[in-house]
Amino acid sequence: MAEGAPSVPERLSFLDEVQARTPGESRLLMCIQCGTCGGSCPSGADMQHTPRHIFAMIRADMREEVLSSNTPWYCVSCYYCTVRCPQDVHITDIMYTLKRMSLVGHSYDSSTAPDFSKMFINWVENYGRAFELGLMSQHMLRHNPLGVFKIADMGIGMVTKGRMAFTPKRIQGMAGLKQIIAKAKELEETHD
Amino acid sequence: MTNLRYNYFPGCSLERNAEAYHKSSMAIAGPLGLEFAEIDDWNCCGATEYISLHMLASYAIIARNLAQAARNSPDNGQASAHDLVAPCSACYLNLSKCDKYMRTDTDLAEKVNLALAAGGLSYKPGSVHVRHLLDVVVNDVGSSKIKAQVTRPLKGLRVAPYYGCLISRPGLRTDEHDPEYPTSLDDLLECLGAEVVDFPLKTHCCGGHMTQISEGTGFELIRQLVKGAADYHADMIVTVCPMCQLNLDAFQSAMNRYFKTTYHVPVLYFTQMMGLAFGQNAVTLGIGAELVDARPALAKIGVEVPPPPEAEGAPKRKRDDKSLPMPKMSKQADAATREAKP
Ligand code: SF4
Ligand code: SF4
Repeated sequence: MAEGAPSVPERLSFLDEVQARTPGESRLLMCIQCGTCGGSCPSGADMQHTPRHIFAMIRADMREEVLSSNTPWYCVSCYYCTVRCPQDVHITDIMYTLKRMSLVGHSYDSSTAPDFSKMFINWVENYGRAFELGLMSQHMLRHNPLGVFKIADMGIGMVTKGRMAFTPKRIQGMAGLKQIIAKAKELEETHD
Repeated sequence: MTNLRYNYFPGCSLERNAEAYHKSSMAIAGPLGLEFAEIDDWNCCGATEYISLHMLASYAIIARNLAQAARNSPDNGQASAHDLVAPCSACYLNLSKCDKYMRTDTDLAEKVNLALAAGGLSYKPGSVHVRHLLDVVVNDVGSSKIKAQVTRPLKGLRVAPYYGCLISRPGLRTDEHDPEYPTSLDDLLECLGAEVVDFPLKTHCCGGHMTQISEGTGFELIRQLVKGAADYHADMIVTVCPMCQLNLDAFQSAMNRYFKTTYHVPVLYFTQMMGLAFGQNAVTLGIGAELVDARPALAKIGVEVPPPPEAEGAPKRKRDDKSLPMPKMSKQADAATREAKP
């Protein structure tokens, strides 16, 4: 091979990977950088990069910068951007893809957000059901024990009103559900 | 009149935290001629968490519910037989989006079915029609039937109709309704006789799980909504989603503390408002389980709610008491200790 000839990329570009890992058509390439998404985003002010900015970075192949940004984890999944985007880019779905990808290389391990998701799915994988309040208290005790004191009255209120439990009910078809989950995870890995 | 029968997916929240939503949905079903058959052994839809970690597995667990619902569908010729009703907006979003993506992405549908097969199930995309409870009440029952049930109009009660984000937008731009300014809940509440506030934040996000991730971000979203309703002198916010109710109601006092504000805006479910307008008993409708006391607002329409029972071991605490909740000894035990002292 002649010196200086462009080499064939060994792996998918970051852009291709994000698109491939998003269900359906992400339409990421259609982004015209208009900024409507960032302007509509309820979390925009606290994000390190607006969604528009993130999409430009993806196209510039800035893998590490994108995957270590807090932006996907600050997305509250409200779909505002998605219905407003003039190009019908599936922004919320792309944010989910970025969340998943950020965990593979441990780019975003510092945040409490992935941990919250992990605790949640732990309930689902063991009980088939979840219980957000039990989860919230568990999560808070781990990450923000002082915060628990601040919302102690809420906790007492929820217990008093019978709205609080510490474990969810377990479904009967737990064995089947586990097999479904295991198979799906296996298929997802072979997809990579 | 034959009842309309639907498959019903309560979702995890309605089992406990939002039991009031479940109770009130069941209470209004009878008068409206609706029948709900809970699907067998349903599992959690994964909320916004499962999909943040695993793509295929998240669709597979959602599809398990669709498969269960499809098995449950009676072939009785009723238009609603294949409808699956979810009162929770997050469940509704996940279930409907999963079906939609399986219909359009054949690769996804194939893989999801491979996973389901491991658990002895399968799901043919499009065989279940996922709907939110509000949609069923508004479109299948309709205003004239609803009006006919009203015996205690919510006259003089100012309500802020709050749709939240997830039922407004998942159909994306193919839905009949406006994703930013829907009016179905406004119209419904008007039918019940309430004074409906033109609530500009009606489809804004409640923040989902954000209070757990970043307090400042989460509380600010709650503040905007509560302030929005208060600015319009709404007596209460009426919601269609257990997550919205949890954020706006249970976190309202923590939000007030965070911003040093004193908002007091109760948050009830639309099904509770319907039950009240139908003359049903407040307790049957789960009223009283909200943390921001709705009694003063409900007194305006002549509804009396018995005060909440004082729970054992949960001492009444002063508003600004920042100390830890400590168990208190009972009066006798307290006296006994004092007597025992020399
Ligand atoms: S709204 Fe759509 S087109 Fe505009 S910047 Fe955002 S993603 Fe790009
Ligand atoms: S879906 Fe996420 S990125 Fe889009 S506006 Fe909502 S919070 Fe922002």
